[in-house]
Amino acid sequence: MTPSYYLLLSALLFTIGAVGVLVRRNAIVVFMCIELMLNAVNLTLVTFARINGSLDGQVMAFFVMVVAAAEVVVGLAIIMSIFRTRRTASVDDANLLKY
Amino acid sequence: MTGTINLAAEVQQASGAASAAWLLLLLPAVGAAVLLLGGRRTDKWGHLLGCATVIAAFAYGLVLFLGSTSLAADDRLQNLHLFDWIQSGALNIDFGLRLDPLSLTFVLLITGVGSLIHIYSIGYMHDDADRRRFFGYLNLFVAAMLLLVLGNSFVTLYFGWEGVGLASYLLIGWYQGKDFAATAAKKAFIMNRVGDVGLALAIFLMFKTMGSTSYDVVFDKIGEQSTGTVVAIGILLLLGACGKSGQFPLQAWLPDAMAGPTPVSALIHAATMVTAGVYLIARSSPIYSLPQAEDARFVVMIVGALTLLIGCVIGCAYDDFKKVLAYSTVSQIGYMILAVGLGPAGYALGIMHLLTHGFFKAGLFLGAGSVMHGMNDEGDIRRMGGLAKKMPITFITWTLGYLALIGFPFLSGYFSKDAIIAAAFGEHGWRGWVFGGVALFGAGVTAFYMTRLLILVFLGKPRYEDLKSEDGRDYHPHESGATMTIPMIILAVGSVGIGAFLALGDRLAGWLEPTVGPLAETHGPLSHGLIAILTVAISALGAVIAFLLFGRREQPVTRPARVSFPVRAARADLYGNHLNEALFGKPGIWLSRALVYVDNRGVDGLVNGIAATLGGSSGRLRRTQTGFVRSYALSMLGGAVLLTAAFLMVRFA
Repeated sequence: MTPSYYLLLSALLFTIGAVGVLVRRNAIVVFMCIELMLNAVNLTLVTFARINGSLDGQVMAFFVMVVAAAEVVVGLAIIMSIFRTRRTASVDDANLLKY
Repeated sequence: MTGTINLAAEVQQASGAASAAWLLLLLPAVGAAVLLLGGRRTDKWGHLLGCATVIAAFAYGLVLFLGSTSLAADDRLQNLHLFDWIQSGALNIDFGLRLDPLSLTFVLLITGVGSLIHIYSIGYMHDDADRRRFFGYLNLFVAAMLLLVLGNSFVTLYFGWEGVGLASYLLIGWYQGKDFAATAAKKAFIMNRVGDVGLALAIFLMFKTMGSTSYDVVFDKIGEQSTGTVVAIGILLLLGACGKSGQFPLQAWLPDAMAGPTPVSALIHAATMVTAGVYLIARSSPIYSLPQAEDARFVVMIVGALTLLIGCVIGCAYDDFKKVLAYSTVSQIGYMILAVGLGPAGYALGIMHLLTHGFFKAGLFLGAGSVMHGMNDEGDIRRMGGLAKKMPITFITWTLGYLALIGFPFLSGYFSKDAIIAAAFGEHGWRGWVFGGVALFGAGVTAFYMTRLLILVFLGKPRYEDLKSEDGRDYHPHESGATMTIPMIILAVGSVGIGAFLALGDRLAGWLEPTVGPLAETHGPLSHGLIAILTVAISALGAVIAFLLFGRREQPVTRPARVSFPVRAARADLYGNHLNEALFGKPGIWLSRALVYVDNRGVDGLVNGIAATLGGSSGRLRRTQTGFVRSYALSMLGGAVLLTAAFLMVRFA
């Protein structure tokens, strides 16, 4: 088992997440794609911790998880309130904040 | 040559009565301060205080003068240090007074004539609601003028010089509600600035080359300076004198200054302030007497001769009582400048003419004021005539002044003007003939226009009877009150006697010797007796021509419109104003318009252009904020990729 496979997998996951964020319109799906990117990063961190034989990466992965959990709480609440006022969860419909 | 003689007399420290000479300045200055700061509550007695301070200053001046005459000639140059004024590096200027024959003579003229005119003003300004302020300004003027003549350095002189300029501006613009008065005041002030620049530059040059501005040091060191420096200082001082004294080419403001009340015209613009230029040159006699300053003196003479011609030629054409007298003043100061330009032969003569002129011209102006006062402030001599019977005292005093001015034998003007003409003939070679001839011709023209004035105003048949003044009233000419006639009588007596008093036995020349050096004898191609006879003959000729032209037939009430070219030119001030307008006014306007254009298009254009560019481009940049979250996400991704790529390139390149 070479750790580089894990890195390739995480790169693949990150790319899927990034593309998803850019091309999907449903806010829930965009949100899940962001989670996918975060977890891809987590996987990278853990892999590097394994390669380097230190715990730093794992500790950082825990932090990311905690922040992601908090972000999910806030993000889902925002999406809920947008959906209630607009009857839609499309990110392209909420474009009032512009020039 | 006189430079050394001047310095032979050491300057003494003032003592005794002279040690309180600052009182001379303080009295009128305090009077001015009380009257101007005291406001309405001084209205009741303001004019009395104004007169009292000047009369007190005159009395004190007389004490100083008498004290000084009893001293030996060498002890008459006294210096009174008051306080250190400006201390800045190498520039040390003490505030001090110089009491010497020249300054004391001026003190007597200023406070003496000033007192009479203050008294006259009580009557003349009786109906003016702001009479107190008027006396405040007059006192301010007297204080500044005394500072001008008493200062012991060129900077103190400059201080007083500007002070009298300010007082002159305030008083010319006395009727500030009227457009012409406000304009005349501005014109006087601005034209005086031109001259003041010359005086200031002269002082700068003195400080640069000699390290001091006090009379003692400057006159001590001026002999060691190069010819260029001496001539430059001489000509710059002359420019200052031209501005203040209404000399060519800065003569245009003085006739307009007649917009002020008549006492102002008499005191400031005939008797005292306008003679400050003559004082300046006589005071600087150690500079002008140097052989290096020959060229500067020549320029002084040219200016004087030109001005005396310009003044008397224009004086022939005007119909305004005071303006004729104003041009007469310009012309007479021309005589004085010509005299002091003659150097050692002329300083004392110039000062003597200045003194006699101070008397008779102040008297003539006060007479004019008295006539105008009785004629509803009418100044047009064509609307007068036959006033001799209505105003006998004014007529007699005015006629005495008139005779003195045209040089009637043995009156004041005869002694002072003839002496100048004779001295002008005494110059070497062609100069003597030219300057003497000009002065002689000027005497004839002077007699002509003054006789015209006398005939049109006082003699002949009255022309005012069917006319109404501008405000619709009939003319009821009447003699003025005692406060106005008494000063006129005193001045008339002075006009008659002062010349003989000063001239006989060279009394004034001997008195002034410690300051301006001894009076040099002149020996021209013509003897003095012959010149005196010639002058009287030419003056008589001028008077007779005036009588033949104006005395024998009825004069029209409105001035003839169709006249020959010389008269048209003289009515237009010999195109002096046109010349100033074409040479300085118009180019100045063009220059300022060009600068406005550059400012609008260039400077403002640059600033506004930058602002517009930033505004426009940011307006366009704003369009990138679309509000679509996914486009923001794409730009974030792009940025992250770019950053990463950059780091990697730095790392592996």
